[in-house]
Amino acid sequence: MQWGSVSEFMAMGGYGLYVWTSFGVTALCMLWEVLALWRRHAAAIAGTREPILDHGAGRR
Amino acid sequence: MMDRLHINWFKYSSPQAFYPLAGHLLPWFAAAATLLIGVGLYLGFFVAPTDFQQGQSYRIIFVHVPAAWMSMFLYVMMAMWAGFGLGLNARLSFMMAQAIAPTGALFTFIALVTGAMWGKPTWGAWWVWDARLTSELILLFLYGGVMLLRASIDDLRRADRASAVFALVGVVNVPIIYFSVRWWNTLHQGASVSMTAAPKMAATMLTAMLIMTLGFWLYSTAVTLGRMRCVILERERRSAWGVHQAHRDVLEVH
Repeated sequence: MQWGSVSEFMAMGGYGLYVWTSFGVTALCMLWEVLALWRRHAAAIAGTREPILDHGAGRR
Repeated sequence: MMDRLHINWFKYSSPQAFYPLAGHLLPWFAAAATLLIGVGLYLGFFVAPTDFQQGQSYRIIFVHVPAAWMSMFLYVMMAMWAGFGLGLNARLSFMMAQAIAPTGALFTFIALVTGAMWGKPTWGAWWVWDARLTSELILLFLYGGVMLLRASIDDLRRADRASAVFALVGVVNVPIIYFSVRWWNTLHQGASVSMTAAPKMAATMLTAMLIMTLGFWLYSTAVTLGRMRCVILERERRSAWGVHQAHRDVLEVH
């Protein structure tokens, strides 16, 4: 390991901005995708129940 | 249930059978992806040495190269499933192509952004109209084209077929990206890993990069399975099966 301290690790030999932006953007994209899929699946489940509810509403 | 040793794989070519299978496989792929990405990050930041030419900026390679590889690999997979869909007229194949596209586009975007982050300190420019960068940008447009074409056609079967043809035509761009560093005199560096030559990097760097790639592949598989479940349920939302399955999913969650 070549890091003497946390600040040295964060500085990344002066390239901290580039390195951490790269890893940050990648992590955000992947987390966002997982979250979006979670919500899409919940919406898909909710969507299937609509026709039944519509039936009930139509009869009333 | 009655005979677990003889699995009829054709059974899973129906969306109704694939849906629960995807649900069972997803957590395993997600767990394995998390584990491998964790190990890859540890190796990449704490074990891999400093690059003698590029200093610490080279560590971007651990997300840049796996993302770029996935962007190309997923395009080929998408085109392959699109081809199966057209050839076999198989609904599930079209759905696979549909489920892969957004993840492929996301990795293309990541490859371009991390590439810019690496280009600035290394070349002094965020972007250059170099063959490698330009063909990767075209890949992003191709993914966008495939998804937009699908979204713009209301009739599902026509949307499937039109976007499949688009995906298949666009696949010619993948070898162009891959060989661009050889065919043209690019600013982008040549291949880091080659089948014919010894690796141009330290063994621990290469190991970290390959583990990250495997992690990204597992991640892609997990999210593709997850998106398949969404796509199947969305398409079957008016069928008795869809309503029944959604009801079961709600019971499982709560």
